Amino acid sequence: MKKIVSAFFAAMLAVSMLVGCGSGNAGAGAGTESGNTAEATDLKIGVILVGDETETYTKAHIDGINEAADSLGIPRDNIQWKERVEESEDCYDAAKALIADGCTLVISNSYGHQDFMAEAAEEFSDVNFVAMTGDYAAISGLDNFYNAFTNVYESRYVSGVVAGMKVAELDAAGEIPAEGYDENGNVKIGYVGAYPYAEVVSGYTAFYLGIQSVFPNVVMDVQYTNSWFDIEGEAAAADVLIKRGCVVIGQHADSTGAPDTVEKAWQNGQVVYSVGYNMSMLDVAPDAALTSATNNWVAYYKELFAAVLNGTEIPQDWARGYADDAVSITELGPNVAEGTAEKVAEVESAIKDGSLHVFDTSKFTVGGAAVTDETAMVDLSYMDYSTMTAVYEGDTVSALKTDENGVTYFDESVLRAAPYFQLRIDGITELNAN
Amino acid sequence: MHKEPLIRVAKRDGMPLYQNILIRAVAIVLAMLLVVLFVHFTAGISAGTTISYMWEGVFGNSIYLRDTVFYTAKLLCIAVALAPAFKMRFWNCGAEGQVLAGGLATAVVMVYCGNLPAPLLYLVMFISALALAAIWGILPAVFKAKMGVNETLFTLMMNYVAIKLVDFFYNKWKGSASSLGKLNKGTKAGYLPDLFGSENSWLLLAVVILTIAVYFYLSKTKHGYEIAVVGESQRTAEYAGINVKTVTIRTMMISGIICGICGFMTVAGHDHSISSSTTAGGYGFTAIIVAWLAKFNTGFMVLISLFVIFLERGTSHIADKCSGFDASASKIVIGLVLFFVIGSEFFINYKINLRSKHDKEVA
Repeated sequence: MKKIVSAFFAAMLAVSMLVGCGSGNAGAGAGTESGNTAEATDLKIGVILVGDETETYTKAHIDGINEAADSLGIPRDNIQWKERVEESEDCYDAAKALIADGCTLVISNSYGHQDFMAEAAEEFSDVNFVAMTGDYAAISGLDNFYNAFTNVYESRYVSGVVAGMKVAELDAAGEIPAEGYDENGNVKIGYVGAYPYAEVVSGYTAFYLGIQSVFPNVVMDVQYTNSWFDIEGEAAAADVLIKRGCVVIGQHADSTGAPDTVEKAWQNGQVVYSVGYNMSMLDVAPDAALTSATNNWVAYYKELFAAVLNGTEIPQDWARGYADDAVSITELGPNVAEGTAEKVAEVESAIKDGSLHVFDTSKFTVGGAAVTDETAMVDLSYMDYSTMTAVYEGDTVSALKTDENGVTYFDESVLRAAPYFQLRIDGITELNAN
Repeated sequence: MHKEPLIRVAKRDGMPLYQNILIRAVAIVLAMLLVVLFVHFTAGISAGTTISYMWEGVFGNSIYLRDTVFYTAKLLCIAVALAPAFKMRFWNCGAEGQVLAGGLATAVVMVYCGNLPAPLLYLVMFISALALAAIWGILPAVFKAKMGVNETLFTLMMNYVAIKLVDFFYNKWKGSASSLGKLNKGTKAGYLPDLFGSENSWLLLAVVILTIAVYFYLSKTKHGYEIAVVGESQRTAEYAGINVKTVTIRTMMISGIICGICGFMTVAGHDHSISSSTTAGGYGFTAIIVAWLAKFNTGFMVLISLFVIFLERGTSHIADKCSGFDASASKIVIGLVLFFVIGSEFFINYKINLRSKHDKEVA
């Protein structure tokens, strides 16, 4: 009898858990009514996601795909989702299963899916494969394999401007406590980073330069979590940075762990603000969140879907930024400094028209020296790091470029879509890089 | 005054076969009813749709079918590896680690000896996989045989050693990429060639041979008899002149080697990569249940493996098709079903006596 009772409770428990976690499923079947304006299509799209809608990064992709599909009249029922797919052979299995269900366009949203997508692309030549954030498609020799990334460093720069405005305001008002300054009088900034990879380095450097463009006397500490999504880890990293006296905590990690911690510290009377990533953090940090840097994946997905529907060419290596609305910052929080919105608009339009370059080499130094062609070399080979051999032997070229006004800058995401800015510039300290 | 409890549990001996089968069938039917109910409340689909989605996800087309066959073979291979050890009442909970050890040795050879000529490379990969997995099996057996160290804990701990070793190499090999991806992605050195038009056939072929071989090994050979005697009573075995230590170590070596074959086939023939979470994929633990339910009979293991994979792939197909039901939900379903199936063991082994009216009057 006890057994039956406990089995019953186990079942009840299981059901109640499901009610909590199962409400979303990426909005599959959530609404087909939106497609009534345009002609329905029989294009079936398969999407392989590293997380699910509870992770900000994956959620941004889901939203982008749904929005793009809606605007092009692709019914949501035509999109099939595979959530929480590991960066392993599971990805290949998932791709095959999607193809078996009739998908002719398969998208994966994490870098680590790339190898397995390439394997599937080789096998199924009549299906198109997009490995988001990847870097291999253009050199793979496969004509049904694509990569795309956004110039998210641009929106990180702008989010840095927002933070810089706040720092300037706090500094002018004398509201930053003594521990918020280092021994040289620079204001301390903190950054929760996922991994010490180019993608993260490029992002935090842009964020730092954005702050410096408004308030030059800052230094930044970066604390890595070694995970893209780790609520507790990100909270702990933010805690470390807050304890060091950091006044603004930026992030390149996918959870709300850091903003949540910052909000709690703010509630306890500490002078600290949060700049998030992927989505507005105002829900978790209504007071401390200033804004978030975000990708508008819809910009790419719309172009992709339209190209597939019309049978036109899909760019193999796509990377766009503000100029194409592919990146932005989210709604400004209530505690941003006065005049922030105007300043943001000004910086955004400067980035759009090309008069402002994020990685302007006159604005930063590496090891005390200005960056030169020698130090800005980028090896475009595609490496197998286990054997240290090049799968694709690429050129090693300088990423520096000079525009018509004579401004020299590091040209990020142009030689290839995936970020390659890896310079460790002066003023930023990695606390736990390994 | 002594009063008989309301429920009294007594050991049952000698249950007729039909009753045995009936109890299991009832358990599975009840479990499936619960699954259908569960899916109905979460995904909002009918019983018929549930079953047809599951069927579709498992046998629906050639791609699904191929995966079903591969994963069934993989689970079966590990269960078969456990059979000799379990029959000896040596609770080998280390299959996960033994598979990983085999896979890791394969991967290490692929990475560091990738320029060997192909036949030699395959040979070295295969032998290293078997050797390392055998070591993973033998170590706990030696400690058990010589010092009486508890094998359940020892084998369990060996899993974590293997997992951490794999993590170490994973991190080393991924370099500055965010994840490892494929091994030897440029050269494809060490990838098994197709057999009968598919890489998966290697594992399938190996499993067919192993399943039959282990069946005969356990039921028809002197070794098999020794294993059975040691399992029943070590003292009887000693009295009969069986060297218990030798049998223990030898049997665990066989267990490890078969797991090693599974690891080798997975890394070289299917994944072409390694990771502590997917190479063995938890099958090392699931296989314990499979081997146990099959009463160490490799023939039954085929059916039970297929049943487990049916649940796993079937429910994950429901997760793909329905909102409100995701990959975690499918794990709950498998847990529910196994709960019932294992629960039925209780009713097979024990009888429940309710306090009779007569007793009440006496009280």
